[in-house]
Amino acid sequence: MMENNMAQATMGAKLDALPNKPGGGPAASGGIKLSSRDVRVFYGDNEALHGVSMDVMANEVVAFIGPSGCGKSTFLRCFNRMNDTVAGARVTGQITLDGRDIHDHAIDVVQLRAQVGMVFQKPNPFPKPIYENVAYGPRLHGLTSSKSELDQIVESSLRRAGLWEEVKDRLDAPGTGLSGGQQQRLCIARAIAVSPDVILMDEPCSALDPIATAKIEELIHELKENYTIIIVTHNMQQAARVSDRTAFFHLGDLIELGTTSQIFTTPKQQRTEDYVTGRYG
Amino acid sequence: MSNLAVVAVLLVLVAVAYQIGLARSRGVALASGVRMHSLPRYHGLLVVLNAALPAIAVYLLWSLFGGSVIEAMVLASLPPEQIPADELQQRVVLQRIQNLASGFGMLGEAQAYEQAAAAYLQSLTTTGQAVTAALMATVAALGLFWSWRGTTPQTRARNKVERAIEIGLIACSAIAIFTTVGIVLSMLGETIRFFQFINPADFFFGTVWNPRFETVGTSGQEGFGLLPLLSGTLLIMIIAMAVAVPLGLMIAIYLAEYAPYHVRNVAKPAIEVLAGIPTVVYGVFALVTVGPFLAGMGELLGVNIRATSALTAGVVMGMMIIPFISSLSDDIITQVPKAMRDGSLALGGTKAETIVKVVLPAALPGIVGAILLGVSKAIGETMIGHGRRQLSGADGQPVRIGFHHHGVHHQPVDRRPGFRQPAVAGGLRPRTDAVRDDAGAQCHRAGGGAQVPRTIRVINDEPTH
Repeated sequence: MMENNMAQATMGAKLDALPNKPGGGPAASGGIKLSSRDVRVFYGDNEALHGVSMDVMANEVVAFIGPSGCGKSTFLRCFNRMNDTVAGARVTGQITLDGRDIHDHAIDVVQLRAQVGMVFQKPNPFPKPIYENVAYGPRLHGLTSSKSELDQIVESSLRRAGLWEEVKDRLDAPGTGLSGGQQQRLCIARAIAVSPDVILMDEPCSALDPIATAKIEELIHELKENYTIIIVTHNMQQAARVSDRTAFFHLGDLIELGTTSQIFTTPKQQRTEDYVTGRYG
Repeated sequence: MSNLAVVAVLLVLVAVAYQIGLARSRGVALASGVRMHSLPRYHGLLVVLNAALPAIAVYLLWSLFGGSVIEAMVLASLPPEQIPADELQQRVVLQRIQNLASGFGMLGEAQAYEQAAAAYLQSLTTTGQAVTAALMATVAALGLFWSWRGTTPQTRARNKVERAIEIGLIACSAIAIFTTVGIVLSMLGETIRFFQFINPADFFFGTVWNPRFETVGTSGQEGFGLLPLLSGTLLIMIIAMAVAVPLGLMIAIYLAEYAPYHVRNVAKPAIEVLAGIPTVVYGVFALVTVGPFLAGMGELLGVNIRATSALTAGVVMGMMIIPFISSLSDDIITQVPKAMRDGSLALGGTKAETIVKVVLPAALPGIVGAILLGVSKAIGETMIGHGRRQLSGADGQPVRIGFHHHGVHHQPVDRRPGFRQPAVAGGLRPRTDAVRDDAGAQCHRAGGGAQVPRTIRVINDEPTH
């Protein structure tokens, strides 16, 4: 408990030192995209996340690392309120997207999720044709008025996900028939088809081989141009390769947040150093 | 030796053989100092198989052929002038002798030759059983000894036992398949005989179902058209599915997706109770509640709905099928992976959108299976709401109420008197009578012809309206 409190204190100091403080007017491009203050998550009576505060800038890639069960996925799922779908889960604290509280009654969770897309650990394409998988989101939100517009969205989404060349001749084939890496890129295409601002990725490469992983990482680099990306990963090399900043979680606490090079070369916390040097976790 | 004793002895044999196999394999392993190919328990099982299977085979052979061999011997022992040439008569003679031997069900005075034959039959049976028992013991002992001697470190007992399990499983499925084949074959003979009486064209395309037989002097008026039966079944089935599929699916979706844990725990078994209610009870429900209710509804709307209508039968049958569809679909919907739901929810789908566009399509094959099961149940149970009976309705006016159970029952001839009773009493008690009367009346009407009525009954568990 002592340790936790100390970590909190350190965190607070770090946040104060950040240039952009939350609530300082509407976030401009390059400003704060997402911000959390004292976010706690309870599963029943069990507190899984002990008050995490951090900011995510627009168009940056933030990686969450930490041992299993440290709360990084739980925290990730707070940003699009996916924890609402977990029975018995409760979230307290404040999370803002573009300066607006996502738990506010004025914000519809449907709209929020259209703005904050998510890619899951295991590829989960729908048991539908590839085309329908990508068209699913735009159809839900009524983004298109004609078939040709929808075709365009599907094609551009698949192109941006680097999948178009591989599937353009078989858009009618079921999405579940693709290989694991292709399925995951299909899920990314599905997520960007609704043109979100933020994409949350929950260990997107943990079920993939190194080649498919490399493709996804390349894709993250490209997507950074247009999206803010938060990625949870167990692979520290991956965090080092793809992210601008890295957050280290341990036992439900945010231990340290800093630029990726700083976290991996000169971590300020002993526990971060132990983890990134492979001493535990 | 009764069957029970045989089973008991076999069980003891199995236990002993297993222990012998275990001990033997351990002994061999110790003595040779070599690692055995298979674990001791496989050697034990192999000994069991080697000892018990031949003994069981001997017993089965005795059960299958012993009786007919003894019968043939008894028949041959009769004085030649007492052996009837006709096979059917031979059966009768043998039956008398058997009854005499068992001391039960003997009609008339026993002749001297019959007494002698009965004594012979008894002695043959006793000898046969003794021989069988001795044979079983011998083959079991031989099997035991053979496999005891054959237990070596190299014996591939595991592979042999696995193979035996596979063969056992194949035998089980073969039984089911051969049953199907047997049913088809046995129906085939009856069908051919039926079509010797009835023109197939009349049967398949005839529009009148009114079976009568020459023996009761009503020939010339009969009709053996399948279409009325078929159309009645189809009509009731379609109405039933129109009730059951939407209701069942909605229930399944509620239970799987919306119901809180404790509601689901109570509601699901409560709905499943519907499946356990006997068909006859549904018939009563159709008769005394749903029929009059629908008739009343029809009156309100200015439509004439008879309480006996296919609508009543269909609606009640639909209710009966609901648990099949709801419970199975619920299980299937629950099994759709959460990842699939999360995918849709994370794209901004609402709960209802997610269910309609992702969960149901993913569960579709299983839901179709559940519906097909419901259809088969509906076809099998189209007997609700059939047959005819005069009953007093709630308003005191006679209401024609239908309830059908096995039997041909469409001639408007059949009117049983004396059922002018309050609806509930009338509905509850005479039902069983109706069933019995109908079957009896049908047999009576069908008269002598030993083969034909059997055929008719097989075909006839179908509604006509």
